[in-house]
Amino acid sequence: MSETVRNIGLFAIVGGLILLTGVMQSWNAALLILNMGLISAIMAIGVNLQWGFAGLFNIGVMGFVALGGLAVVLVSMPPTPEAWAAGGAGIIAALVLGALTVTAAVLLLRKMQAGATRNIVLIVLLVGGFFLYRAILDPSVEAVENVDPAITGYLGGLALPVLLAWPVGGLLAAGAAWLIGKTALGLRSDYLAIATLGIAEIIIAVLKNEDWLSRGVKNVVGIPRPVPYEIDLQSDPAFVERAAGFALDPVTASTLYVKLSYALLFTVVLLVLLWMAQRALNSPWGRMMRAIRDNEVAAEAMGKDVTRRHLQIFVLGSAVCGIAGAMMTTMDGQLTPGSYQPLRFTFLIWVMVIVGGSGNNFGAVLGGMLIWFLWVQVEPIGVFLLDVLTSGMSDGPLKSHLLDSAAHMRLLTMGLVLILVLRFSPRGLIPEK
Amino acid sequence: MDFLNALIALANYVLIPAMSYGSQLALGALGVTLIYGILRFSNFAHGDTMAFGAMVTILVTWWLQSMGIGLGPMPTALLALPVGILCCALMVLATDKLVYQFYREQKAKPVILVIVSMGVMFVMNGLVRFIIGPDDQNFSDGTRFIISARDFKQLTGLDEGLALRTSQAITVITAVVVVALLFWFLNRTRTGKSMRAYSDNEDLALLSGINPERVVVYTWCIVAALATVAGVLYGLDKSFKPFTYFQLLLPIFASAIVGGLGSPLGAIAGGFIIAFSEVTITYAWKKILVYLMPGPLEPDGLVQLMSTDYKFAVSFVILLIVLLFRPTGLFRGKAL
Repeated sequence: MSETVRNIGLFAIVGGLILLTGVMQSWNAALLILNMGLISAIMAIGVNLQWGFAGLFNIGVMGFVALGGLAVVLVSMPPTPEAWAAGGAGIIAALVLGALTVTAAVLLLRKMQAGATRNIVLIVLLVGGFFLYRAILDPSVEAVENVDPAITGYLGGLALPVLLAWPVGGLLAAGAAWLIGKTALGLRSDYLAIATLGIAEIIIAVLKNEDWLSRGVKNVVGIPRPVPYEIDLQSDPAFVERAAGFALDPVTASTLYVKLSYALLFTVVLLVLLWMAQRALNSPWGRMMRAIRDNEVAAEAMGKDVTRRHLQIFVLGSAVCGIAGAMMTTMDGQLTPGSYQPLRFTFLIWVMVIVGGSGNNFGAVLGGMLIWFLWVQVEPIGVFLLDVLTSGMSDGPLKSHLLDSAAHMRLLTMGLVLILVLRFSPRGLIPEK
Repeated sequence: MDFLNALIALANYVLIPAMSYGSQLALGALGVTLIYGILRFSNFAHGDTMAFGAMVTILVTWWLQSMGIGLGPMPTALLALPVGILCCALMVLATDKLVYQFYREQKAKPVILVIVSMGVMFVMNGLVRFIIGPDDQNFSDGTRFIISARDFKQLTGLDEGLALRTSQAITVITAVVVVALLFWFLNRTRTGKSMRAYSDNEDLALLSGINPERVVVYTWCIVAALATVAGVLYGLDKSFKPFTYFQLLLPIFASAIVGGLGSPLGAIAGGFIIAFSEVTITYAWKKILVYLMPGPLEPDGLVQLMSTDYKFAVSFVILLIVLLFRPTGLFRGKAL
């Protein structure tokens, strides 16, 4: 009983911190923290599935989050008919050809006997396939990217409702995770870590460079929203009247309304995923996962297919990260491939899971909300602290340098938090039962 | 003549850059592999250790420059390097005392140490950005070129120029010296031998009276020296930006794993393999092919296999191939 009380207390503290932000700074800022906190909590659930349940060391979270973002563009943006006419068929043909080449190579590897002949055939197939792929792809890509490059220059999406992009983002991330898991799982844990780190960098490189797909660093803006636009609300007399009832001016009221709608949507997704994760944890399947995590050899001796189970949970956890990534891009209303940073989207999520308590879903949620709050608030606190510390100093280069550097306090703080938690409370705030 | 031109272009755009990049990667990978061999974990903070050492060196370089002290044609940074190494060594030794030692005594699982090193990475990254800022810093001085493209053209009368930057020559020479020193130390001195023994078989080493803490201290000092040298050379050759050093983590780990984690020789081989593949695959071969091919066969496109932004993909694919077909790496490193 006391444990439940303690956990509720911890969540209440985080809630209180966000409320305090609302009172002291602004309710918009508080809701922004809440929304990103909810998304972070979902990402943390995904990582917790992999690390907490199964002990898989995935540091490619950023890649799966970015794939979720890509899904939003592919699902909800209107298609660009001129671009499709110019090179859509060519690109599709090239991608199919690429996939066929790789499949053929894998089949060859499995079916042919090992030896020099196999290696030669394999190399010829792959090199030939690569040049053919480029020969078909390159002209089509050029044609697509030349279609009104300032506004479109990409194939666009399917113009479907944006909420559909969330599960699609999960599927996309799951597909990528399956490919990676097939090759890299079963290797040692550090190798899986490096492999996922690499995949994440490659996914970001693809998003940045393949303009026909995601407009690259030109960003996709104006993604449709699942909630009303502020400007429409402000011109709606009924809404203005209701806002006046709360003694709010229409502009503030509309921004709050939009953020609250997002918060509601995100909370629903979070609760559903949390419920599912909780059910999984307490099912025979969850117990098996933890048994595998705690002693792989013993689990294998009991007839459990460790590699398959690892693949399963790796795909599931990555899918959850993909969903969160899609939600984030939806809320931002734009896909900016240049903004994906591993420190922010991979390692910070890890801090959340470790601090919250790996192996415990509620811990992951708590960690996600708390660490996100700290991440946002450390910067103003750092500025304030340095302001106080340097107030006695005369104006000079050192003082201005210190004040400018306050922004980098957050990395330092996150690192310290992680190290301290690992040292003094390695099981996190809400430990695994 | 065309053939000579092609050869010079190849050296200028592929061989020389890849040699210097490979040396930098090899030095970085040596640090990673030593930590792995002796402390038995993958140190994710290595990129930021490099950045820290390089940062101290840059600060000292600036101070020396402001005092008017320099090395003439050589970059002043070489003079500042020992200070950088010293500060970096103090930093990693402090980190070890405050952070890693606890887990070593607990005999924690390696993966816990990896996560701990993630925390250290955050702290070091924050520290570097806090002190020097996240922007590009330029600290190279001295003569820029040993031989510039124009001089080379005048000298030889060829159409293609061969430029050899001072930083590239220094990189390769320093790397050779450092590696030679390291191997001499590991193979010839008593401490080096005890380090190898400890890496090979911890229990036997302890039985024969080797002091593990001493081995650890030496390892960290060597790693700090390697990391600082690698960081400074990379900064001289390209430029210093904290975030790039973090990104170097992937090619460095790829080099160490391709060569075989725990094997110093493998780390060097891995560094050059990764560097040469990255450069050859992302280089636009048109220039060289135009010289070599007869007129009608000359290529229209750039003949670039992949755009330079995909260089991570190259190290990654090589890493995957090696892991799938020879998981212990080319030089049979330590596999669990």
